Amino acid sequence: MTPLADMSLFASFALIFVSAAFTDNILLARFLGMCSCLGVSKKVDTSLGLGAAVIFVTACTSALNYLVYQYLLLPLGLDYLRLITFIVVIAAFTQLVEMIIERVSEKLYNSLGIFLPLITVNCAILGISLFMLNKPYSFLQAFAFGLGGGFGWFLAISLIGAIRERINEAALPRGLEGPGITLIIIGIMALGFIGFSGMIKI
Amino acid sequence: MASSYTKILKDGLLGENPIYRQVLGICSALAVTNLLANTLFMCFGVIFATALTNFTVSLLRNHIPKRIRMIVQVVIIASYVMMIDILIKAVAPDIHRFIGPYVGLIITNCIIMGRAEAFASQNKPLPSLVDGLACGLGYSAVLISIAVIREIMGFGTLLGFALPARDLWWTQWTIMVMPPGAFFMLAIMTWFARAKLVKQEAK
Repeated sequence: MTPLADMSLFASFALIFVSAAFTDNILLARFLGMCSCLGVSKKVDTSLGLGAAVIFVTACTSALNYLVYQYLLLPLGLDYLRLITFIVVIAAFTQLVEMIIERVSEKLYNSLGIFLPLITVNCAILGISLFMLNKPYSFLQAFAFGLGGGFGWFLAISLIGAIRERINEAALPRGLEGPGITLIIIGIMALGFIGFSGMIKI
Repeated sequence: MASSYTKILKDGLLGENPIYRQVLGICSALAVTNLLANTLFMCFGVIFATALTNFTVSLLRNHIPKRIRMIVQVVIIASYVMMIDILIKAVAPDIHRFIGPYVGLIITNCIIMGRAEAFASQNKPLPSLVDGLACGLGYSAVLISIAVIREIMGFGTLLGFALPARDLWWTQWTIMVMPPGAFFMLAIMTWFARAKLVKQEAK
C-alpha cells in the first residue's frame, strides 16, 4: 500500500473520503452524533435535512479548524487550547451560517436552517475535528475527511430514519419503544458496516 | 436540608438517570466501554466536569445575560474538560492515546449542558454541586456495568486480568468489543430499565 503522501491528490482525496464515510463511519463505528440521531431520526424528511446540514458544517469546520490549528495554535505553542478553540469556531460558524441563510433564502432556511442550532452540540462535528489531528493530513485531505465523515453520518441517519418509519406501526414491548429499538437497528447496521472494514487501510 | 441532598443524589443515580431516563450522552457511553480501565478514566472525567460545571454555572447564574448563556456554559465546560484532558495525558498516556478524542467530546456531552441548564441555573451552588456529582455517578454506574459485561464477554478479562483458567472454558465473543456489541448492550439495558419504569408508572 502506498503511503498517503506519495499518492496523487485525487487518489488520496477519494480514498480518505470513502474510508471516512464507510469503513470508519462516524456514527456506526465511532459512535458520534448519537443523541441527535436518536432524537431526529423518526422521519426520513427531517433525517435528510439534518444530515445535509451536518455534511455542510463538518466539511467547512474541519477545514477551518485545520487552518486554525496548523497556523495559529501550533506556531504559538497553544496546542492545549484546541478543545475550546474548536468548539468556539464551530459555534460561531453555525451561528453565522444560520444568519446568512435566514437573510438569503427563506426556503433554504426552513429546510436546513432550523437544524443548525442543533448542530453545535452534535458531537460528530467536534469529533471529526479532533480525529483529524490524529493523522498527518494536508489541508485538502482534512477537507476530504470532513466531507466524508459528514456524508457517512448523512447516510447512516437517513437509513435509520427510513427503517424507523417502516416499523412505526409494529407492536413492540413497551420498554423497547423509542430508543431501545433504534439502538438495536443501529447495532444491526453497524454489523453490516463491519463488512466494509479491511477494504481500505490508511 | 440534609434530606434534600439525599433526594438529589437518589434522583441523579436512579430516578432521573441520564442514560436510561433521558437517553443523553450515550456517544461516550458506547465508545469507551470496551475496556473497564478506559471507562473508569472517562467516568472520572465526566463526574469532575458535571460537578464543577454545575457549581460554576450556579455561582454565576445571576450574572450571565440570558441571551449568551449557552456560549458561556460551553466555555465553562470546555475549560474543565481541558484540565481533565491534560491530567489524563499526564497520568495515563497509554489510555489517553485511545480515549483522548472522547475526553474532548465530554464538552458536547448533553448531560453536562442539560444539568447546567435544568438545575444549576436555578439553584444555589452547593445543591448544584451535589446534583452534578449525582448525575455523574449515575452515568458512571451505567457505563461501568456495560464495560464489565463487554470486557468479560469480549476478552475474558477484567481490568486486564484474565478470568481463572480462561482458555479452558471461555470462548471470546469478539463482537462484544466491536461497535455492534456496544449498541446491543445499551439497547438491552435501556429496555430493562424502561420496562421497569413503565411498570412503576402504571402503579
